[in-house]
Amino acid sequence: MSGETRAAAGAPPSRDDVLRLYATMALIRAFDQRVATLVLKGAFSGVGHLCVGQEAVAAGVCAALRDDDYVTSTHRGHGHCLAKGVDPGEMMAELFGKATGTCHGKGGSMHIADFRRGMLGANGIVGAGLPIACGAALTAKLTDSGRVTVAFFGDGASNIGAFHESLNLAAVWKLPVVFVCENNRYGEATPVEYALSAEHVADRAASYRMPGLIADGQDVLDVYGKAREAVAHARSGAGPVLLECETYRYFGHFVGDPARYRSAEEVEWYRARDCIIRCAEYLRERHGVAVKQLDEIGAEAERRLDAAVAFAESGTAPGLAAILEDVYGEARA
Amino acid sequence: MTGGRVISFREAITEALRQEMRRDARVILMGEDVAGGAGRQAQGLSEAWGGAFAEYKGLFTEFGDGRVLDTPISEMGYLGAAVGAAVTGLRPVAELMFVDFIGVCLDQLMNQAAFARYMSGGRVHVPLTLITHVGAGVGMAAQHSKMLYSFFAHIPGLKVVAPSSAYHAKGLLTAAIRDDDPVVFCAHKLLLGQSEHVPEEPYAFPIGQARVAREGRDVTLIGAALTTSVCLRAAQALEEDGIDAEVVDLLSLSPLDEETVLASVRRTGRAVVVDEGFPRCGLAVDVAALIGERAFDDLDGPVRTVTAPHAPVPFSRPLETAFMPSADQVRAAVLDLTAPNTGPSGRTGA
Repeated sequence: MSGETRAAAGAPPSRDDVLRLYATMALIRAFDQRVATLVLKGAFSGVGHLCVGQEAVAAGVCAALRDDDYVTSTHRGHGHCLAKGVDPGEMMAELFGKATGTCHGKGGSMHIADFRRGMLGANGIVGAGLPIACGAALTAKLTDSGRVTVAFFGDGASNIGAFHESLNLAAVWKLPVVFVCENNRYGEATPVEYALSAEHVADRAASYRMPGLIADGQDVLDVYGKAREAVAHARSGAGPVLLECETYRYFGHFVGDPARYRSAEEVEWYRARDCIIRCAEYLRERHGVAVKQLDEIGAEAERRLDAAVAFAESGTAPGLAAILEDVYGEARA
Repeated sequence: MTGGRVISFREAITEALRQEMRRDARVILMGEDVAGGAGRQAQGLSEAWGGAFAEYKGLFTEFGDGRVLDTPISEMGYLGAAVGAAVTGLRPVAELMFVDFIGVCLDQLMNQAAFARYMSGGRVHVPLTLITHVGAGVGMAAQHSKMLYSFFAHIPGLKVVAPSSAYHAKGLLTAAIRDDDPVVFCAHKLLLGQSEHVPEEPYAFPIGQARVAREGRDVTLIGAALTTSVCLRAAQALEEDGIDAEVVDLLSLSPLDEETVLASVRRTGRAVVVDEGFPRCGLAVDVAALIGERAFDDLDGPVRTVTAPHAPVPFSRPLETAFMPSADQVRAAVLDLTAPNTGPSGRTGA
């Protein structure tokens, strides 16, 4: 979607804009809840890093982007892919390891990339997407394409060298990149209060002389508003922005992680501020959207997931010759 | 290659870059001091260093700061940026001043550049060239003197070249820049000043193609980068012993030109692999294993290796000199191999 052009600078998002944000979040939640069920059933190999609870960040940020803008993602990247428009059926087939998957079954959950959608790749290495985002932004700058690149990363990644090198590089080269930190308060099992020397990740922006913004990551409208501001700044040629979104994951680090490192009260506190529930309340109260219409958006998301799973299950695994394919060679279209 | 214009290995690198940057506007160069350092404009300089080894002199002046980019000392940051630029339509050439610095940025080469094509199911390619300087002999000790080319060749998705002369430096760098896969171009520091005839017109030497640098009947000496010249000197010395040695110059470590190696060994029946890298799990044992697996029946004796010892590169000049494979060591290995009624006496240098 091209929310930036629809919602002109400063104007509040329209009813349709918010409905689209709601639908994106509903789709992401349906996808990752379905993934949880499938992992527990043993439908495919690997672990699932779910973003349930964090949907507002992917939805709000990607709504502020153009179709041809770039995104780099993380090991918890299903939401970013869906929000950037990657097909849920191909994504699910990728999780199933099928030849019909986004990456022909060669990448899996942690490595979904779809260059047709500007999705430069989820990443199994914490922080690795940030330097790559700088490179995509360098291409945009040198070719004058006007494209902006968003690098999604977690609170944990803000402690790795690649984060600091990337922020510095983007600042000295004035690259059109928005660094979006999804602070979900835990790097695996380690709380951010333990691992982060600063109070906020966004505080680190000052060291690199770039704007540092903080958004309520459980409020899609706040994320969307701040993301539009950040993207406009980057696209104007003024250089990079660091946007920290304070959010929370309802599941553990992976499906099956009982997450005993946090209290039930804490989880309930965040669930009470659920991004989808709050967006629904806003739509009902501000725009008079009927509960029935919101329910239908949720039902549509579930139907799309039914179709995605059916597509994934009907696909075939890659032939064994694929082991040696695409190690080197010409790129496919 | 006799006659014609003579330029150095260093100038061959400059020329390949200049010609490819003129040919293709997508080619950019980035690295630490590849232009010449910050503050150049303030001092009225168009450029200063042109790289720590001066291979890029003149490129900033011709192509400007949009094509020749000085980077902060952030190898992870700018190598990753080169990967990102490569997957979005540019053809970046990044410089890693010393190969020893790979430790601070390996992820972007190993997990990102090398695997992007594979893990995306072929949806993307990474036309990235990494120029790096390898090898001992300049008194810089263990953190600035390693080869490490075997390490890159170990990783699927990377191509690795190690030219032995100015002619092949130009041809292989041109091929690397035109290649759609990430290529690590290993320039040996002691070769940079060596000169020979190099054609002025652009040309690419195929990656994955070795060459027979000297023909001979009795034994095959196999080298790469600096050890090719070590093999050639050994071959000349062996003439006094009545031994006619063939020299195969690998040029590319990945892909490896297995057929040229095997064809030579099948002709001569003997092989000595010479490698300045560390001996364990390295180039020499890799090529020795290839010969053992595929040409065993043609061998008249065991395959021998002459490598650096399994030790960090020492600083002290006599130690450093002893560390590097020498023509004398190669000659001794050949004499041991060709002496009647003697068995293998193990690796030299290991």
